[in-house]
Amino acid sequence: MAESALHDIPSAYEPSLFGTYSKKIGMWLFLLSDSLTFGALLYAYSYGRISTEGWPTPFHSQSIINATIMTAFLLTSSLTMVLAVRASVHGDAKGQRLWLIATMLCGTGFIVLHGREWSNLIAEGLTLPMFPKVPGHEAASEFVNVSKTVPQFGATFFGLTGMHMLHVTLGVIYLGVVALRRKFIPILLVLWLVAWLGTPVYSPFHYGAHVLLIAAIVCSIILWLKPKVYDSSDVEVAGLYWHFVDLVWMFIFPLVYLMSAKIL
Amino acid sequence: MDTIQQALAERVAEEHRHHGKALFFWVWGALLAMTAIEVYLTYQNLQPVKMLTILLGLSFVKAALIIGYFMHLKYEVSRMKWLTMGSVVACLILMTIFFFPDAFRILHLGVK
Repeated sequence: MAESALHDIPSAYEPSLFGTYSKKIGMWLFLLSDSLTFGALLYAYSYGRISTEGWPTPFHSQSIINATIMTAFLLTSSLTMVLAVRASVHGDAKGQRLWLIATMLCGTGFIVLHGREWSNLIAEGLTLPMFPKVPGHEAASEFVNVSKTVPQFGATFFGLTGMHMLHVTLGVIYLGVVALRRKFIPILLVLWLVAWLGTPVYSPFHYGAHVLLIAAIVCSIILWLKPKVYDSSDVEVAGLYWHFVDLVWMFIFPLVYLMSAKIL
Repeated sequence: MDTIQQALAERVAEEHRHHGKALFFWVWGALLAMTAIEVYLTYQNLQPVKMLTILLGLSFVKAALIIGYFMHLKYEVSRMKWLTMGSVVACLILMTIFFFPDAFRILHLGVK
């Protein structure tokens, strides 16, 4: 039915090969290429996991609970995202904005919990050489030698989950721009200040927070040079990106956390 | 947006209007339930290979639900479905072939 409907659309051009608009096809192509990035990172982690003796199992019950709540946040954010798309196609602008904001809040909750998880692991000694030392934790750290004996763990774990966290952060910003347009820029700048000044100097998030500043500058340029009202197709395309971020976590959560759990 | 793009976007929006909310809540519930099963299995101390098989199986089911219903691929034209999923699966198979000679290590080095 859908394919025959394509031929009903009057145009000087040939009907779309995929039966949908080009923005959506562009997003699908980006997501396909991005899935290979995450595929490579997951393979790198899994290869290290099975081929390295003494691989740490650092995820205690508390970490598993934390990661499970993070998963629930992401799954709920996907539900709120489809409800935002649904509101947009029904022309419900207020509902669309509210559901998008709900999605952003769930995404922000995920980032905050993930940041807490990273900070705990770093304090326990699972770190990267590029991360500053946490003062007062060196001697008591449970995994103080792991960074030296199994450096693959830190490299693949922080590489994979860091890339995913970056995608979630950019997703929240993307949804903020679609939902609030120029009004989102001051909010983003406040979030940058809170993240930068609210984290200690030895935290990787102290400098990582500058991603928000860079995003605020890029978004400002885009919104001032090409202001527009985002319609239902823009919301749907943003939704595709958001669901993809959720989809990737469905593999990271079991492969990284549940397979390296330390349940006593 | 030119005329054809607007017409295509309107047709896609029209398709979306036909989906009820209940379906999305069912999919969300199923995803949460499968996550709960995964976490439950973690506390059961299963054999690592068995655990990995079950977890990956559940992950693929969850991925299919997200792609099919939340990302709407189930309702796209068949050309779109096959080309997108076919290309990504082909690339992941190529990665697996590269990885495969060492994949048997899992049986003797093991996931501990």
